[in-house]
Amino acid sequence: MDLTLATPVPVVRPPLDDADRRLLSALQGGLPFSARPYARLGERAGLGEDEVLVRLARLQEIGVIRRFGVVVRHHEVGYGANAMVVWDAPDEQVTELGHCLAGFDFITLCYRRPRRLPQWRYNLYCMIHGKSREEVLAHLEWMVSHCGLSTLSHEVLFSRRRFKQRGAHYFKDEMATEKIHGRT
Amino acid sequence: MDVLDRQIINELQGGFPLCEHPFAEVAERLGTSEDELIRRIDALLTDGTLSRFGPMYHAERLGGALTLAAMQVPEADFERVAVLVNAYPEVAHNYAREHALNMWFVLATESPGRIDAVIAAIEHDTGLKVYNMPKLEEFFVGLRFEA
Repeated sequence: MDLTLATPVPVVRPPLDDADRRLLSALQGGLPFSARPYARLGERAGLGEDEVLVRLARLQEIGVIRRFGVVVRHHEVGYGANAMVVWDAPDEQVTELGHCLAGFDFITLCYRRPRRLPQWRYNLYCMIHGKSREEVLAHLEWMVSHCGLSTLSHEVLFSRRRFKQRGAHYFKDEMATEKIHGRT
Repeated sequence: MDVLDRQIINELQGGFPLCEHPFAEVAERLGTSEDELIRRIDALLTDGTLSRFGPMYHAERLGGALTLAAMQVPEADFERVAVLVNAYPEVAHNYAREHALNMWFVLATESPGRIDAVIAAIEHDTGLKVYNMPKLEEFFVGLRFEA
């Protein structure tokens, strides 16, 4: 049993002040479409443009913001097939195997998660995207041979349907409902 | 989607500049105008090619929490259960997958304690067990789609 592993690793939480929180809240719906988006964001958060830029750079540096940019709906750009592949990896090898899987460019996510015995024995997850199921399975086969995974039990869970893809929201207040992509 | 749309998507997956005129800077790199770039991004969001334009936050470092959860839903009941589950604003993604555990969704909450509360509420609403599969270790990958 891996009950000892069932507690997620503690994460260091960097200190955020009120201005950081106002800024992150104003930004969570997306970046405004304006020639000077950071100035507009500042208006909402009560900060000047310069200060917004400095704070965002810091928030990115300390990893509160993972990255800036666009999130693509993979289906819409031609990656119609995606499979979550789950592995039953020995606890003492799972980290090494995770790094091996994560090294492939067709892998978009890779995590260790707890087993839920007896119903669920898998502890290593990765997501493979491809233009077709055949492509996904070919990627998988290549991975199995490259990382030496042929002896590990695994299952391939293709997605049948996407019901929801709205992204995460961490700030409940004002901005979640405001349409902020209106142009100025 | 034309060539410029694809260039925009590929360019912006790599990040967005922090400067006074970021759209102008990206537009120049792509050989287009600031107005055209903004119009294109707006259109790609509207037609659903892009789900988001902005930052990706690190849930835990913000004090929030994320988890993956799974349910075994009887086929005949699938639609009804999907409606109940998706009604929670904490459900960020939900996929039907081919397995006995056939519904997989991501929960994103403002605080770690809220995860258990939402799971308990979903179990109560649906009468089904929710398997919570929180991340124990993350292996870094560069998330990127060549459009």
